[in-house]
Amino acid sequence: MARKNARPGRTLAVFFLVLAVVYGLVALGGKWKPELGLDLQGGTRIMMIANGHPTSEAMKQARSIIDERVNGSGVTAAKVTTQGSNEIIVDIPGQSRDDLVNEVSQTAQLRFRLVACQQSCSTSSSTSSVLPSTAPSSGASAPASGAASAPASGAPRAGLAYDLKQAKGKKKHKKHKAGTPSSSASPSATASAAPSTAASPSATPSTSTSPDQKGDVSVDQAVQFMNNPPADWSAKLDAYTCPAKGSANVEDNPSQPLVTCDSSGVKYLLSPAIIEGTQVSDANSGIPQNGVGYVVTLDFHSAGRKAFADATGAIAGTNQLFAIVLDGDVISAATADSRINGSAQISGNFTQASAAALANNLKFGALPVSFDKKNGISHSTIGPSLAGNQLSAGLWAGGIGLLLVMLYCLLYYRGLGLVVVGSLVVAGVTVYGMVLLLSKTADFTLDLPGIAGLIVAVGITADSFIVYFERIRDEMRDGKSMRVAVEAGWRRARNTCLAADGVSLLAALILYIFGAGDVRGFAFALGLSTAIDLVIFFFFTHPTIQWLSHYKFFNRGHRLSGLDAEALGVDRITVGGRA
Amino acid sequence: MSKFTRLGNSLYTGEKSIDFVGRKWTWYAISAVIIIAAILGLSLKGLNMGLEFTGGTQYTVTVSGTASQKVADSVRTAVGGSGVKAASDPTVTTSGAHNLIIQIKSVSQAENTTVLKAITDTTHVSAKNVSQDHVGASWGKEVATKAIQGLVVFLVAVMLFIAMYTRQWKMSVAALVALAHDVVITVGVYALSGFEVTPATVTGFLTILGFSLYDTVVVFDKIKENTKNLRATKRSYADAANLAVNQTLVRSINTSIVALIPVAAILWVSAVQLGTSTLKDLALALFVGMAAGTYSSIFIATPLFVQLKSGEKEVLDAERRARRARQADPYANVPAFVEGMEVEDDGIPAELREGEETTAPHGFRTRPNTDAMGRGRTAPPARGPVRESGSSGRRQPTRQPRSKRGK
Repeated sequence: MARKNARPGRTLAVFFLVLAVVYGLVALGGKWKPELGLDLQGGTRIMMIANGHPTSEAMKQARSIIDERVNGSGVTAAKVTTQGSNEIIVDIPGQSRDDLVNEVSQTAQLRFRLVACQQSCSTSSSTSSVLPSTAPSSGASAPASGAASAPASGAPRAGLAYDLKQAKGKKKHKKHKAGTPSSSASPSATASAAPSTAASPSATPSTSTSPDQKGDVSVDQAVQFMNNPPADWSAKLDAYTCPAKGSANVEDNPSQPLVTCDSSGVKYLLSPAIIEGTQVSDANSGIPQNGVGYVVTLDFHSAGRKAFADATGAIAGTNQLFAIVLDGDVISAATADSRINGSAQISGNFTQASAAALANNLKFGALPVSFDKKNGISHSTIGPSLAGNQLSAGLWAGGIGLLLVMLYCLLYYRGLGLVVVGSLVVAGVTVYGMVLLLSKTADFTLDLPGIAGLIVAVGITADSFIVYFERIRDEMRDGKSMRVAVEAGWRRARNTCLAADGVSLLAALILYIFGAGDVRGFAFALGLSTAIDLVIFFFFTHPTIQWLSHYKFFNRGHRLSGLDAEALGVDRITVGGRA
Repeated sequence: MSKFTRLGNSLYTGEKSIDFVGRKWTWYAISAVIIIAAILGLSLKGLNMGLEFTGGTQYTVTVSGTASQKVADSVRTAVGGSGVKAASDPTVTTSGAHNLIIQIKSVSQAENTTVLKAITDTTHVSAKNVSQDHVGASWGKEVATKAIQGLVVFLVAVMLFIAMYTRQWKMSVAALVALAHDVVITVGVYALSGFEVTPATVTGFLTILGFSLYDTVVVFDKIKENTKNLRATKRSYADAANLAVNQTLVRSINTSIVALIPVAAILWVSAVQLGTSTLKDLALALFVGMAAGTYSSIFIATPLFVQLKSGEKEVLDAERRARRARQADPYANVPAFVEGMEVEDDGIPAELREGEETTAPHGFRTRPNTDAMGRGRTAPPARGPVRESGSSGRRQPTRQPRSKRGK
């Protein structure tokens, strides 16, 4: 940077190019006004009434989970409150954010269960409890068309596979499924395989009666249920008809078997839950390598990981299915090729948004309460909570403040003051561009504290220039010429600013990671303005000064340059170079 | 202006110097008084926590006409002016086309009636069109707990950061003490003024935290630079630190002016134009905190740091060296007669008339000798034989003439 042949012009050009790109992106978004916060512009209010009579503890917990969901990224600045004994209110900035209703109200009760029967357990299964093998085989033959056609149509149930060897797994997996009818012709093979694989991985550590976590049954019990569904449950399955879409959810009791449907209307009889959503340690969404559709990847805590490995080990190689049940609906059912000791993937017909929303909801856990989707949820538009004159007053104040700051800098630093003014203007333009960009991409909203924060950031931004200029003047007082003083002063001012801004960045980072709600929003704004401060300082102010130092007006110490002998308080300044 | 810039130079050279480090007890006493006042205020009056922390009562009003922003504003003024303390800063929003939502902190039955009356009078609806409900805190305990957790981690990290950057853990201790000083003062001002603590205020506190540390690091960076080479400069640690503060003084003044002007503008505009408002609360916190932040990094952090350092061997060595350097040439500062020097009739130079300068520790000290030849000065006898310098006998580097150097 401080090389002799530094090219300030080039740095400046690159800087403006980047700035132009930022504004180009903003222009693509086509919005030239930032999204304002709840307090200034109002937004959407979603009111949700919980089913039943939840305890206040459960309501509090639900409130904080919903808070984490809507403020997951930290910049949305939504407000979540409880009201009365059973209502939760979510205020979200921006008009018509009805799209969030589902994300907010979803219970996100995730459970893993084994599939005992699909569509119906065949009549033989009830009688042939001695011969467990017939259950999967006959079960397979009935839904064979369904199971085989589903992957072909590409939709709701694809794979449950490894993270890493996903591609290979998937290929085999499809082949396997396609071959289902033929392979199930030999029922005895599957029957003998299933119990033995189930026994080998999980028999030793914890046998039947020790559940992995409360409410769940052990994998062994689930496998037993799967291979040999009791008659009363299969009768229930036969009697069950899939409800119309969007109607009331099935009561999902983890310790009981479950009869439910998936989105395409296939009925399932499922074993008691073997893994609960609470075992999920992290959830992410994305398109896997070699994959086509969006998937949600789940990581488990150690107990869940073990249960998942045992369960996949038990059904590995058989045609038995593993179902992922969300809020009582099967969202994905899949076979496993081998024991999977890692993370699980849920695939279905997700879009990017729905995959991201599901991952987000799973990450923050299930709500302890559920909401009546039909009558319990309403949304309306709300107005700003602050009087209209607050925004204009804030902007006026900011304008006056900025003007005074510029005036002061011009008076005190004269010619250099112009650089300060220029830098502040460029910083303002950059901040505005970033705010526009972020309100488009990350739902960043500007509320009144945010605006005040940006105004305060003016002071911190200007401070870097002041540190720099004072250093230059100090160097010149030591008898260096301006051009030398600029470089020497830069080296020192740079370290000071890096250290001081490092503290600010550290604060922003840590508060963002640990904070919640408004604290996160603040941390984000602080980090943004500090980063912009550094960028401006390095890539605008310094090159500009370097460039100006070639002009006689500055390096000869013109009376108005702010670097003349009188301004420095010395008798005469050194005029460098070929003077 | 020019006087101020002159000051800048004389502060830089050390010609003029304010004894920040030496008069530490004065500064400590001033801060102690302020802090005691703040703590008293805090314990006696307590903080006025806002609706977001405490929860409260919500009124939903169905107005006869449309619920416009104007109606909301007038209700806000009416409820705020109803004289009920818990309702002094209500949140009023429109909801849908015909509803108004008014949120205030929990009130007693009598106060409830007053507020209700203020609402019904302004909106011209009967009391049965107003429904009441309890709202919970949006800033519940867990948010606060998380924020505090983050804060603790941040403070530990920042201590490590400063200690690593400056290589002196005592600097991080001093910086943290200064930080605590600022935060206590700001919180005290809140308690004393009775302003409501809202999430915006918390944001303000965090800003102060950042600013205070930022400012302290800038000052400490200069101290670090000045004290790097004490052996050569023959200064004591305290003197070097004091010089550093004096050298950054102009920056500190400028920075505080530049940082405080916008905040002051917000404070002024909001106080004059708006009366009670979020903006005013926030601006007050920022103004007090930032002023305290600049003050504490000069008057608290630096003296404290020097005091913490004072027992260290290096520092004591530097002090001994500095004392010896001062004694080596006791006449160094005696003025020499030069042509055109002002000499008064009674023979006493003008500088000596100022009483204060003659009270310096070494008899009288005046301006340093500026004569280039060192005339008028009797050099003391050498303390030992002159030794050969380290470079003697070694081959010295040579430099070819420009024409031979190529290019």
